[in-house]
Amino acid sequence: MDRTLADVADASDGRLLEIAEVTGTGADSRRLREIGFCTGAPVRFIRRAPLGDPAMYELRGALLSLRRSEARRIRVHRAGA
Amino acid sequence: MTTLVRLRPTAPPKRPGRVAILGAPNSGKTTLFNALTGHRAKAGNYPGVTVDRREGDLQRRFGADDVRLIDLPGVYSLEPQSEDETVAVRVLEGGFGEPAPDGVVVVVDATTIERGLPLLAEAAALGLPVCVALTMIDELKARHGEIDPAELERELGVPVLGVVGNRGLGIDDLGALVTAPWDWAGSPSLSQGAEAKTPEDRFGWARAVLGACRRQAPEPNRWTRRLDRFLLHPVIGSAVFLTFVAFFFQAIFTWATPAMDLLSGLMDGLADQALATLPDTAATRLVADGVIRGVGAVIVFLPQIVLLFTVILFLEACGYMARAAFVVDRVMGWVGLEGRCFIALLSSYACAVPGIMATRTIPSPRDRLTTILVAPFATCSARLPVYLLLIAAFIPADPVLGPFTWQGLTLMGLYFLGTGAALLSAAVFKRGLLRGASLPFYLELPPYRLPRPSDIALGVWDRGKLFLRRAGTIILAVSVVLWFLLNLPRRPVDPELSVAENQRLVLEGSYAASAGRLLEPVFAPMDFDWRINVGLVASQAAREVMVATLAQIYAQEGQDEEGLGVLLSGSGEDGSAPLLSRASALALLVYFAFAMQCMSTLAVIRRETGGWRWPVFTFAYMNGLAWLSAWLTFILASAAGA
Repeated sequence: MDRTLADVADASDGRLLEIAEVTGTGADSRRLREIGFCTGAPVRFIRRAPLGDPAMYELRGALLSLRRSEARRIRVHRAGA
Repeated sequence: MTTLVRLRPTAPPKRPGRVAILGAPNSGKTTLFNALTGHRAKAGNYPGVTVDRREGDLQRRFGADDVRLIDLPGVYSLEPQSEDETVAVRVLEGGFGEPAPDGVVVVVDATTIERGLPLLAEAAALGLPVCVALTMIDELKARHGEIDPAELERELGVPVLGVVGNRGLGIDDLGALVTAPWDWAGSPSLSQGAEAKTPEDRFGWARAVLGACRRQAPEPNRWTRRLDRFLLHPVIGSAVFLTFVAFFFQAIFTWATPAMDLLSGLMDGLADQALATLPDTAATRLVADGVIRGVGAVIVFLPQIVLLFTVILFLEACGYMARAAFVVDRVMGWVGLEGRCFIALLSSYACAVPGIMATRTIPSPRDRLTTILVAPFATCSARLPVYLLLIAAFIPADPVLGPFTWQGLTLMGLYFLGTGAALLSAAVFKRGLLRGASLPFYLELPPYRLPRPSDIALGVWDRGKLFLRRAGTIILAVSVVLWFLLNLPRRPVDPELSVAENQRLVLEGSYAASAGRLLEPVFAPMDFDWRINVGLVASQAAREVMVATLAQIYAQEGQDEEGLGVLLSGSGEDGSAPLLSRASALALLVYFAFAMQCMSTLAVIRRETGGWRWPVFTFAYMNGLAWLSAWLTFILASAAGA
């Protein structure tokens, strides 16, 4: 099974992913975790904005928009893999 | 292990209880606050509408005066990063010279309940009594989700109520609950949550709590997904947006005109009536020309203001605002700002004052200051009367394509001009004096919700009242002062001349005329005469005063029969010379698009930046830019033969 780590910015289809870790320290990464991007949480790519950035993700039942620079911090792997 | 959560009820204090309403952004706190207090604080379907604390009591709805509610700005956690979040945390910790609240209602959106519970754990960790209001339970049911508040209550050991704020469901129960916060107790399970140290632990706790309840997670919101596919499509979405905007600006001219003509006729009739029935004294003329015609010239734009706010409030309530921020975030990124700055800019299209207050949601101080400095470029509703007067007078109503005319397109162009100026200035500031990296940006996209017509109607009603109050206070005051400046000094009546000619002599020799002439060197490059200059000076108080001033001057010149626009452009049948050439009119439009002419905005910039430095800077650079652009416009338009 495919367990290769990638960041959520690379996601381009609606497959369910699982967050492996949120990289970085300090207030920025803490806020990402506070809004629910925590290790183990399932996340799904929904769509990109018309200009290519940011992108919309489904997380714990809500729709959230992240810029590519933030999405790079969120390492994911395929859920259930 | 010491537990911070109160397991036993505490004794009620002697003073009225104070209960804070805490929750994530856009979880429905303000809607709940309004339902409980009978207030009409502005709520919207996008994060960050409330940026300050707000108090109310239960007097109006429940007849209870022993408890005060505090509505707080939305927070994701109690470790604040932006100013509005700091306010929420300070209230909970007992800041602002007031004791900590006696209890906290944690508002949790039932459709995303897992994301709301961690905040409950943090609130419990403060040691305050907590209870839970589960909002949007109607939406949860509609999406085939399920949660039993009673079961959650058993699990958490604190009261849990399902409510639907805007339909009043569960509000009576919640109203009864908040009167006795000292009776809320916590369970060992909540203590576990309160002891969690990291976001991961709190989310883990939330999952465990929900795991112990029978619960059906809601299905994805199908309508939202479908609409997003359509409205966020690169081609279709942009086309829909542009068509909508173009229709809106056209509607301001075509649909609102009959209502405006009606009001206009009413005002003229009233002024004529006053002149005909009251004795011909200075006081009568003050009332007829200064008050009725001056203020009336502004009031006639009420239909357009109503239309504007109907559209703005609809877009805010349905969930499109957050999408707009999502779409243009890339552009904001190029400029060096983030999406929250865009939301603050969007609010500024109604009025820059709430727009500048909305910058409190922006965590980066540099981004926040940049947004404050450029927000006044957004085309606020006070510019609308000036734009409409000048466009109707100088731009032909010839059709361009289908229902769209040059007038509607010009108005749309002016809105884009303001937006462009805001973005370009932001880019300059961010590259120059306010350089700095942006903090991470995340934006929650709420589901689309069909606004209730009564909510929109109430909001429009409030904005309409505000517009009329402005007309009745600041615009009235400036109009009266101007009337005196336009009629003094007095001069002996020349019996050889007609009444109108005598009036004109008074006007030509008035203090206002001298002041306007004094400014002629400044505005001569654009070919503005002293009347326009007087209007420009007076409109420093508020932009609409421009319209009121010109109306007065014309009334006094005895040329009020044909309407202000006709007089301005000289298109009347008597062949009187136009006051403005088309090139000057275009220059004036551009001047109003860029100039900082609003005392309230300068005052709020001073308050939000804590000094005079930035309001003075804003005033100088915006008016400088306005003058330069107006001059360029005049040169270009003259060359083009306008």
